[in-house]
Parts: sequence; structure tokens; C-alpha cells
Amino acid sequence: MNGIKIVVLAKQVPDTRNVGPDAMKADGTVNRSVLPAIFNPEDLNALEQALRIKECYEGVTVTLLTMGPVRAAEIIREGLYRGADDGVLLTDRAFAGSDTLATSYALALAVRRLAPDLVLGGRQAIDGDTAQVGPQVAEKLGWPQVTYAEAMQFEGEKLIIRRRLERGVETIAARLPLVVTVNGTAPACRYRNARLVMKYKYARTDTELQAESSDYIAASRPFIRITEWGVDAIGADPEHLGLSGSPTKVKEIENVILQAKESKHLTSSNADIESLVRELLENHTIG
Amino acid sequence: MNNLFVFCELDEGRPAEVSLELLTRGRSLANTLGCRLEAVVLGSGLEGIENELFPYGADVVHVADDPVLEHYRTMPYTSVITGLFRQEQPQVALMGATSTGRDLGPRVSSAMHSGLTADCTSLEIGDHYVKKTDTTYKNLLYQIRPAFGGNIIATIINPDHRPQMATVREGVMKREIVNRNHRGELKKIDVAAFIRPEDLVVEIIERHMEARKVDIKSAQIIVSGGYGMGSKENFALLYELASVLGGEVAASRAAVDAGYAGHERQVGQTGVTVRPKLYIACGISGQIQHTAGMNQSGKIIAINNDPMAPINSIADYVINGDVADVIPKLIKYYKANAR
Repeated sequence: MNGIKIVVLAKQVPDTRNVGPDAMKADGTVNRSVLPAIFNPEDLNALEQALRIKECYEGVTVTLLTMGPVRAAEIIREGLYRGADDGVLLTDRAFAGSDTLATSYALALAVRRLAPDLVLGGRQAIDGDTAQVGPQVAEKLGWPQVTYAEAMQFEGEKLIIRRRLERGVETIAARLPLVVTVNGTAPACRYRNARLVMKYKYARTDTELQAESSDYIAASRPFIRITEWGVDAIGADPEHLGLSGSPTKVKEIENVILQAKESKHLTSSNADIESLVRELLENHTIG
Repeated sequence: MNNLFVFCELDEGRPAEVSLELLTRGRSLANTLGCRLEAVVLGSGLEGIENELFPYGADVVHVADDPVLEHYRTMPYTSVITGLFRQEQPQVALMGATSTGRDLGPRVSSAMHSGLTADCTSLEIGDHYVKKTDTTYKNLLYQIRPAFGGNIIATIINPDHRPQMATVREGVMKREIVNRNHRGELKKIDVAAFIRPEDLVVEIIERHMEARKVDIKSAQIIVSGGYGMGSKENFALLYELASVLGGEVAASRAAVDAGYAGHERQVGQTGVTVRPKLYIACGISGQIQHTAGMNQSGKIIAINNDPMAPINSIADYVINGDVADVIPKLIKYYKANAR
């Protein structure tokens, strides 16, 4: 499929796999500043699929689309280092507090403006594990969706996709336009390319440039601007964004305090283990 | 109108376990709400399927029986479900958090512009007061789930949009027959009225479904390993202990992510919920996502060398030590003492 345009949806997420004891503040809110922000792992699997298609065909472009604070430009640079052609950062105060539905509304509008043939994204983000945004973007675009993809290739006009289901594998054929969400079981993303790191190291959004007052860098290197869009750029209705655009509301957040049981503490000594085994045998828990 | 709907998926032609669990929970929620419980089944060759759902308390079973619905496909299923929901205006819609439910749920919620909460670990009914507008919302669905690395438990509500949608993993709710002889109303869905030709463009070329091989849910004794096991090789110790005790091996998400065990063995919010007689947690720290899937076990033994591990606070026995040292001793003394 020569000349197709691919958009990869990506999210910068706190690394919830490495949550330390200081992750929560005293008032029970999440202390984001101590959590490392990373490229959502399955979005990297999706980027790899896009880059593989780009390698197989002429004139394919790969654009990374992410929504988040200005800091999320970091993952666009990360994508550029690995072979994406360009990136768009959707950032606006009006997006804050969006649930999956409001998020997919904004992303779908941005996708429409980019007008790709194929949208790829990770199955789910590790900070919420909802797996909702991909299908919701597809619905808003009115395109079919294919979830849990782990391999794909074109046969003529059709994209043949292998899906990893809970208890099996399914192979489907679909035509573009299409939204595909990619599973963590798909091949891992390639590493950064040193040449691309050199090229895109100073890629910045307008807001980042202002903050760093390094306009001079951009002036001498016109190719290193990262596109930044707000509400107006995608023609979004603010009513459909943020808290007002989110059907789901958080009623209550409760800190997890595990109710301590009356535990028996044992050492790994022979005597302790043997008496435990005897006790379990006597009360018929085992045996 | 405004009843509680459960999307019932099929597993080799029979209602899936998770759907029956949701019907059971749905029945009691419907009683609290004072509304009817309605089940929806889509597929092909469904003659008599309603009789498997009525005993769980369904007042109505909607059946869409058509060859194009034989295997799950996003678009035709979405069109039928949203078509039915627009007609029936359910106040609550529940689905299993399965490959199918997690594909269908968000698509339907987007089409209906209604909220959806994934992987709930508890569903309750309650009120909500908004101070700003001095409004009280009566009888909302509380969708309760751990969030953010398990450090918090969030209660999510959808005050203004219907249906209030939630997905729940298999094993989280209990399955219980209400009345073997209960009979409700069967309603056939006019499939052709809802499906458009463009819904059928994605074709299934091949399907390979594996029978359920590992069944940790029905095991009476579970030997579970976490990231603290250190390697896939060390997991062999767990298999040895499980086979001596007549149990199954399970794992935490961190251990599954590290490749120590397959996903079918994962216990927790995004895995399976288990209630064995004995749960032996080896090298598991015990984040809430994990404990949510095993804290109703009869007895819990925690083996690790971290005195501060959260799992210790819910364990009946805490063995402070190295798993590689403790497990062989458990095997040895079991063999020596068991008759």
C-alpha cells in the first residue's frame, strides 16, 4: 500500500509498574512528580507496526498523535528517534479532566484534520488499563476497529490482521480506513536510531521554545518544530471536553488501607515450617 | 423501559461463566432499583438459549439469532446492541470484561454517549448529592475499581447519561441460580432492522480457539508467585509444591509481565479472581490489584523477605524468608507428615 498515511496514537503515562511508597501525597492524591513518565508500552508496539509498514512500501508517512501536557512532547521526540516522520501534540487546559469518551472526541477531531488512511494505537494505557480510547476513536470516526492485533500485513487492498484473544487467535481481513489497537504480544519497538537522535534532539513545540527561550535553535533548523494544537485547531466544542464532556465522574477516592489480620509470623527455620505444615494438616487445609 | 441489561456472551454455544455471574449480580441490583433484569444474547442457532438464562432471574431475554452474528464482530454486534438500547433505554448495562466485552463496550458507549467503567471489582446502588446545584441523584450505579497502580479505590458514577455501563472480569461476582423453574419473556430481535451492509466489511478468515487449559479458578489450593520469584526457573519450585499439595500455580501481574507465567494464570483485577481454601503467595508484594483477586481466600500464607510487604497484612501466616529456602522445606515436611 504505497503512499498511505498512518497516525499512531500514543500516550505519556506515569510508570505505574514502578510505584514506590512516596507515590501518594499525605492528602491522598497522586504525587505525579515522583513517578517517571514513559511512552505507554503498547503504544510502542503500535509504532513498530507502523514503521514496518513504512519500510515495506513507498511514500508511507507515520505521524505520532498525543494528547497531554506540554511535557508529553517528550514521547513525540522518542517516536521521531525511532523513525516517525512527525508528531502532533494536542494540548490545552480545556482537555484536562477528560474521561475516555471526551479524550476520544478530541483525538478523533485531530485524526480527521490529519486525514490518515490507518490509525494505530496500543490496546490500552497502563495508567488506566481501560482499552476504551481506541474503539471510541474508531466509533467517532465511523471507521471499523480491529483490537488486540499482534501482526499485520497487506494483501492487495486488504489488511490481514492476526488478533490475540483471551483464549485463541483470530485472523481477519479489513479495508482502509481502519483503526487498529495493538497488543503487547506484538513485536517490541526498535531502539532509537543515533542519526535520528541527532536530527531531532532539538525538536520542540512552540510552548517549549518559549519556555526555553531558544528560538534561535528553531530559526536555524526549520524542520524541528513539533506541531502543537489546541481546542481551536481541531474545531472542538469545549462542552464536549474536560469534566463537562465526560459522562463518568469520580464520586469518591479512597486510599487503600489494608485491614491487618491477626497474622502469625514465622521464620524459615525447620521447626517453624514443620509446625506450620502440621497445623495445616490438622485443620484439613491441606492433605 | 429503563431496566437493567446484561449482555450475555456465548462460550462454545453456552452462556459464558462471566455472563451468568453478571446476571446474578444484576438480579440483586435490579431488585434494589425496583426494575426488571433483561438479558441480551447475540449469535446463530440460539434455539432454547433463553432457558439457560431464566434460572438466573432474567425477566426478559432478547435474542438476536442470525448467521451473520455467528462469531463476534465489532460492527454488526454494535449496531444490534445500540439499536436495542435506543429502543429500550436501559438505565444500566453490564458486560463481561472479556476480549469481546472490552471491544464492544467502548464502541457502544461512544455511540450512545454514555460513560463506561472498565474492570469493576464491585457494583453497588447509591445516591449522589451535588452541592453546587443542590441536586440529589437517586439510585445511581456505583462502579468501584482500583485505580492508579492500586494505590486508590475509585467510585465512578454517570449521573447524567444512560445507560450507566460497566465491565466486570470473570470470577469477580458469584454465580447463583435464583430459581430453577423461573420463566421470563422471550423477545426476538429483528436483526435486519439494525444491521447495515457496511457493518459486514470486516471478514473473519480463520479462528483458533483453545479450550480452557488452566483453571486456577476452581483450584482449592493455589501456589502463587510474584516478581520476587526472580526468574522463570524459580517458578519450577511453585509447580513442584502445587503438584505435591494437589493445587494449581498462579502468578501476579508483575510475574506475568516478566514472562514467568502465562496470562491465564494471572490473579488480580486484570486477571482472575480466586477463592481457594489456601493461597500461598510467594515473592508477591501484594498491590491492591493483586489482593483484589485473592483476598477472599480461606487461608493465606505469605512467603517473602520484605517485612513491609502489603500482602503480609492480609496473610494468616507470614513466613519471613527466602522462597528458594522455604518452599523445599514445605515440600519436605508435607511429605514427612502427610498420611
